[in-house]
Amino acid sequence: MSTLVLLTATGLGLAALYFLVASGLSLIFGLMDVLNFAHGAFVSVGGYAAWTIADHVAGTFGLGVALLVAVVSGAALAALTELVIIRPLYSRPLDQVLATVGLGLAIPALLQAVWGADPRIWTLPSWLGGTVSVFGAHVPTVRFVLIAAALVLLTGLRLLLTRTRAGLIVRAGVEDREMVSALGIDVRRAFTGVFALGGAAAGLAGMLDGLYQGSISPGDGTSLLIFAFVVVVLGRTGSLTGAAVASAAVGLTQQFANYLSPNLGDESVVILLAAVLLLRRRDLKGRPA
Amino acid sequence: MTRTDTVRSKSVRTLLRSRGAAVLLVLALLYAIPYSTLRVPAVFDGPLDSPGVLQLLAVCLVFAGLALSYDLLFGHTGLLSFGHGLFVTGGMYVTTILVDHAGYSLLISAAAGLGVGLAAAVLLGAVALRVDGIGFAMVTLAFGQAVSLLVVSGSPALTGGEQGQTLNAASVPAVLSGIRNTANLYWLALGYLALCAVVVWWLTASVPGRVMRAVKENEQRVAVLGLNPYLFKLLAFVVAGLLATGGGVVYLLLLGGATPTVAGSDFTLGLLVMVVLGGAGRRWGVVAGGVLYAYADQSLTRLSGSTSVAALPGLLRGPLQQPLFLLGASFVAVVFFLPGGLATLPDRLRTSTMRIRGRRTRRESAHG
Amino acid sequence: MSRPDPILHVSGLTVTLGGSAILHGVSFDVAATGVTALLGRNGVGKTTTVRSVLGLNPAGGEIRFAGRDISALPTHRRARRGIGYVPEDRVVFSGLTVEENLRLAEPARGVPRYELVHDLFPVLRERARQRAGTLSGGEQQMLALGRALLGPARLLLVDEPTKGLSPKYTAMVAAALGRMAEQVPILLVEQNLAVVRRTARDAVVLDMGRVVHTGDARDLLADPSLTNRLLGVSAPSAQAAETAGINTAATEAPAIDTAAMPASGGA
Repeated sequence: MSTLVLLTATGLGLAALYFLVASGLSLIFGLMDVLNFAHGAFVSVGGYAAWTIADHVAGTFGLGVALLVAVVSGAALAALTELVIIRPLYSRPLDQVLATVGLGLAIPALLQAVWGADPRIWTLPSWLGGTVSVFGAHVPTVRFVLIAAALVLLTGLRLLLTRTRAGLIVRAGVEDREMVSALGIDVRRAFTGVFALGGAAAGLAGMLDGLYQGSISPGDGTSLLIFAFVVVVLGRTGSLTGAAVASAAVGLTQQFANYLSPNLGDESVVILLAAVLLLRRRDLKGRPA
Repeated sequence: MTRTDTVRSKSVRTLLRSRGAAVLLVLALLYAIPYSTLRVPAVFDGPLDSPGVLQLLAVCLVFAGLALSYDLLFGHTGLLSFGHGLFVTGGMYVTTILVDHAGYSLLISAAAGLGVGLAAAVLLGAVALRVDGIGFAMVTLAFGQAVSLLVVSGSPALTGGEQGQTLNAASVPAVLSGIRNTANLYWLALGYLALCAVVVWWLTASVPGRVMRAVKENEQRVAVLGLNPYLFKLLAFVVAGLLATGGGVVYLLLLGGATPTVAGSDFTLGLLVMVVLGGAGRRWGVVAGGVLYAYADQSLTRLSGSTSVAALPGLLRGPLQQPLFLLGASFVAVVFFLPGGLATLPDRLRTSTMRIRGRRTRRESAHG
Repeated sequence: MSRPDPILHVSGLTVTLGGSAILHGVSFDVAATGVTALLGRNGVGKTTTVRSVLGLNPAGGEIRFAGRDISALPTHRRARRGIGYVPEDRVVFSGLTVEENLRLAEPARGVPRYELVHDLFPVLRERARQRAGTLSGGEQQMLALGRALLGPARLLLVDEPTKGLSPKYTAMVAAALGRMAEQVPILLVEQNLAVVRRTARDAVVLDMGRVVHTGDARDLLADPSLTNRLLGVSAPSAQAAETAGINTAATEAPAIDTAAMPASGGA
C-alpha cells in the first residue's frame, strides 16, 4: 500500500513537472503553429538562475526570491526569443523550427560553459527536504510542492483564458488565428504574451526540477522537453485539460513501469505514445484525422 | 568577345554542366585520392594517402551518404525526423552484438542489421506518420530517445553502455583490417556514398519520387489526385532508414566498434545541420554539407585546443569550446544569413556579379 | 449625374499560390452603397479575390479602400479601417459562446452595435450563452454575419453565406443581407442566383482569374444567354424566386419547390 502511495505521489509529481513545461508548449503550438525546441532552454535558464540566487541568499526567503527570478528569467528569455527569432521568421515555419532547435542546443551549451557540466547541488531547507506521512508511506515534501505548483498554474491559466479579453483572443486564435486578424485584432501581441507565459512556467519548472532532483545539470531542461513533447502529442494541442490529463498519464505510467523494471518507464512512455497514435482518429489539433 | 568565342564557351559550359560528366569526374577524383601524395596544409595533417587523412575523409564520405539519406526524408519529402540516428545506431549495434555475442560472421550480422533496420523503418514509420509534420517530428524524437536509452542504459552487458562496444577484430576480413588497409576502408566508404547517391538520384527522379516532392509542396493536392500520401511518405522513410542502417554498418567498420554517440539526438541534429547547411533538397549541396560538417566535427578537438581559440578572452572561449554551442549557433546562423544553404551560393554569387557587371556596363555606356 | 466614389477600388490584383497563378490582374470597383455581387463558376478565384482584399494572401496590384491605399497594410489594420469579413463556410469560434464570439468582434473604438445585430438576428440574443459549435448551420451563419456588423464597418466582404443552408435559412440570410445593405455596402460572393437577384445591384463576373463582365446585376440575370455563358447556369425567373420564398421576410417560408431553385452551394 505504501509503495502504491509513493509511486502515485512520485508519478503525479513528475506529471506536475511535465505539465508545467507542456502547457506552455501546447498553447504556443496551438496558437502559433510553432514547435518551440528552445523551450527546454527556458527551463534550464530558469533553473540555473534560481539556483544561483538560492546559493547566495539562504533559507526559505532565498527560495522565494529564487522562485521569482526563475519565473521572470524564463518569461524574459521567452519574450526575447519570440521577438528576435520567431517573429522575423513568421513566413518561414521550417526555418522557425530550425532556429529554435539551434537555440535549444546553444543555450544549454552556454550554461554548461558558465556553470560547468557537473551537477550543481540544491541544498533544501529542512521543511522542504523532509517527508510527509501519507497512508503509511513517506512521501518527500517536494512532490507535494510540485503538484501544488501545477494546480496553481492550471487554475491560473484557466482563469486567464476564460475571464480575460487576452485569454479570449488566445482561445479564438488557437482555433483560427486568421479570423482573429480579420476581426481587427493584432494576434502578434498575443504571440509574445503566450510565449512569455510559457517561458515563465518553464522557468518555474526548471527550479522545481532542481529541487526534485536535488541538483541541476545543463541537460535537464532538454530531457524534460522530450517528455513534454510526448504530452503535447497525447493531449490535444491548445487544450489545457488535455495537457493536464496527458501529463498525469505519462507521469504515472513512467513511474509504475519503472518500478516493474528499471528504465522500462521511459520505454513505456514511448509505447504509450505509439499506441495512442495508432488508435487515435483525430489529428494533433483535435480535428478529425 | 566575338561570336565564335561565345558559341565555343557556351558548348564547353554545357558539357561541363552535364550532370553525368560532373558526377563521373568527382567520383574519379575521389577514387584517386588514396594514390595521391598531395599535401594540403592546415586542412589535413598529412599527405592525402596517409591513414589518418584517409580515415578522416572516409568518415566525411559516410556522413555525406547519411546526409543524402536524410535529405531524401527531409529535403525531398518534407518529413522532419528527429530520430534518423536510430537507424545508424541499429546498423552499428545489431551487427556488433551479433558478431561479438552470438558469434555470427560479419557478413551475416551486417545483413541481419540491415534486416532489423528495414523492419524498424516500416514499423516506426507506420506509427509516426499517423501524425502530421510537427507531431511526426516529436514522435520521431521520442523514438530516437527510446533507442538511445536502450543502448546506453538498457542492457550494458550487450551494448557496452556508455563506453560502446568494440567489434571483434577477428571477424573483420583481412582486406579491411589493419592500418595498411585504410585505403580499402576509404573505398568502402566511397562505395557507400556512391550507392546512396545512385539510390537517391534514381528514386527522386522516378514517379514515386516525384509524388514525394508533391507531398512536400502540397499534400492535399496529392490526396485529391487519388494517391495516398501516407504510402509515399512511408516509402521515403523506409528507403532513408535502410540507407542509414547501411551507413551505420560502414561507420562501424571505420571505427572498429559501436559508439553510443550516434544514438543521441545531437547526432540526428548534426544530420539536420548537414542538410540545412548544404541546402535541403539540393543533393550536391547536401553532400558538401555532409563533408564539411563531418570535417568540422572531427577536427573540433583541434579547433578548441588550438592556440587561437585559447587566446580568446574567457567569455568567448567558453562557448566556443562547447561543440553543441557551435552546432546550435550554426543552425541559427544558416537560417538567418544563408537560408537555402550553401547550394544557393552559386546563385547568390551570380546575381551579385551580374549586378556589378550591369553597373559597370551602364557606367561605360553612360560615358561612352 | 455621377455616382459617388467607390468604397473599394481594386486594380491589377495578381495572386500566385502554391506555384500556380490564381488571379491575373483583377480590376473592379465596389460602389459605396448596396450590394455588389462577385460571380463566376467554381474555382475562378472569387474567394481568393476577397481574401486578397483583406490581405490574407500575398498579392500584387493596388487596393484602395475609401480612397486610401491599403495594399501594404497587414490584415488586422485593414479590418480596423472598417472592412468586415464573413468567410466561406461560416467560420465561427466553436469553442467560444455566441456572446464571446461577438465580444471578440467589439471594435477597439466606438460603441458596438449590439442593438442592430440583435434586431437583425434575434436568435443571437436567445442563444447568447450557447457554445457556437453547437448551433445549427443557419444560426452559425447568423452569428458570422452579425459579428461583422458589430463594429463600424464601412464595407462587408461576404463569401457564399447561403452555401449548404436549408431553404428557410437561405431566405432568412437573403433578407438579412438586404437589410444589412441599407447600412453598409457589401461585396457578396454567391452561387445562389436567386439571392443575387434579390439583393444585388451591381455584378462583377470572374472567369479564369480575370474580370470578364461588370454591370448591372439585374440586367445580367435577365439575359439568359449571357448568364449561361458567363456562369454556366440558367438564371432563375422572378417566378421561381417567388416560389422559393426568397421574397418573404425572415419567417417560416411557404412550401418550397426545390426543383425551381438553382443549385445553392456545392463548392
